Amino acid sequence: MSVEVSPDRFGLAGYATCFAGIAWREVLRFLHQRERFLSALVRPLVWLFIFAAGFRQVLGVSIIPPYQTYVLYEVFVTPGLVGMIQLFNAMQTSLSMVYDRETGVMRTLLLSPFPRGFLLISKLAGGVVVSLLQVYVFLLIAYFWEIELPIIGYFTVLPALLICGLMLGAIALFMSSVIKQLENFAGVMNFVIFPMFFASSALYPLWRIREANPLLYEICRANPFTHAVELIRFAMYGRLEPVALAVVLACTGAFLTAAIYAYNPSKGMLARRGEAG
Amino acid sequence: MTPPASPPPEAYALHVSGLTHRFGQTLALDNVSLAVPRGAFVVLLGPNGAGKSTLFALATRLYDNVSGEIRILGHDVRRQPMAALKNLGVVFQSRSLDSDLSLQQNLIYHASLHGIPRREAKHHAARALATVGLAERAGDKVRALSGGQARRVEIARALLHEPTCLLLDEATTGLDVASRASVLAMVRGLVAERAVGVLWATHLVDEVDEEDAIVLLHKGRVLFNGHGPALLALAETQSLRTAFLRLVDNARGGAAP
Repeated sequence: MSVEVSPDRFGLAGYATCFAGIAWREVLRFLHQRERFLSALVRPLVWLFIFAAGFRQVLGVSIIPPYQTYVLYEVFVTPGLVGMIQLFNAMQTSLSMVYDRETGVMRTLLLSPFPRGFLLISKLAGGVVVSLLQVYVFLLIAYFWEIELPIIGYFTVLPALLICGLMLGAIALFMSSVIKQLENFAGVMNFVIFPMFFASSALYPLWRIREANPLLYEICRANPFTHAVELIRFAMYGRLEPVALAVVLACTGAFLTAAIYAYNPSKGMLARRGEAG
Repeated sequence: MTPPASPPPEAYALHVSGLTHRFGQTLALDNVSLAVPRGAFVVLLGPNGAGKSTLFALATRLYDNVSGEIRILGHDVRRQPMAALKNLGVVFQSRSLDSDLSLQQNLIYHASLHGIPRREAKHHAARALATVGLAERAGDKVRALSGGQARRVEIARALLHEPTCLLLDEATTGLDVASRASVLAMVRGLVAERAVGVLWATHLVDEVDEEDAIVLLHKGRVLFNGHGPALLALAETQSLRTAFLRLVDNARGGAAP
């Protein structure tokens, strides 16, 4: 039996193997948890089939970019529901990281010889792949509900989904380092997910919010999730929204840096808490 | 077992020197030094709260040591984590397998964390499961295993990337007497078979053989570092249990049994 581990395991191919392995586990776990897959789909579909249908008559949507004509409320709300899928998936990832930390599974990941930042980014990417699966199944069902995007939109939305998934995943990753116990996760639902979702342009256009409450309008504009939704909305029609892209990229960088710092063995919160993992 | 002046740190699977660690105001480890030569079985014996898990957390770089040094095959865990951790296998006190995945999937996932390609990983996983006598259960979910079987899988996983240093933190926790004996015998066998240096942390004196190398840890301090006979002589008794209790009680300032 060889004692020394061959060094090429830790070359470029080794990094690729590690990345693929972490992403593969995320997808495998998701596919094994059928209830999670079902609830991830049912949630936005309920909003699309019931909420949007009901609000169609109440909420008028004027012609605003990227739309070139009046659109049904279901069409307007679709990018918001795609964002919702990614938001909930990211929080699910955060929840599973807290769970992994409590059960000790996280230590297996952190024990890998690869740099910790790389491991966390790989974990993040695995979560994004899972969210893409959910989004495309949702868009397929929405297609049969007559929410038809331009064919090119199904492709151009992919990079936007990747970037938004990374941003929401980075926020979730940071939160997982701050949340001490699984029980505290209810607070995350109340104070992070719901405010992020409702104080955004996911369900109503920003001009409507400005008419109703200028302060709320400013809050919505400052919400990174608003920019994620707008990036997705424009990308669905083959267009780029530069401000949204800049905000989403900046937030991704900021939260990812914070998360990597938090998981840093010498500086992060684990070290300060003396957590055994 | 005490690190002598002559052999360099790379001669040891694990070499800890002058390790002190605090959590806030609490002193968890106080100037701890110990060494595990390659192909040796060393018992880290200590009551609950002695600092065994803190030592493991630092050796596995869950967080960094501030003072002192931890070397695995001569590589400093803090300064050269990649070189150090690739030679390290660990079995944690709490279960750390993914119960939703099969035994083989768990092992392949672990292999990927060490850069082992999938095809090679399947081969390694089959061999590792055969070593622990669970080859026929490769496709079963982890949740279907008994406590003893899950421990065996964790040991198989820890050996998958062929480490030179193996750390086991209370590896027999929650196991019945037969499973405990079986796991312990298996690990002792690996030491002879594969020349792996093993640090076996436990609070159970009956897991220690009289001839074993023993590091006795209490409240973050090393009370004894040597072989069983020396411990018995120091405590002036013929029983390891009595010796353990006597030294711990002395350290507490209590009456010796």
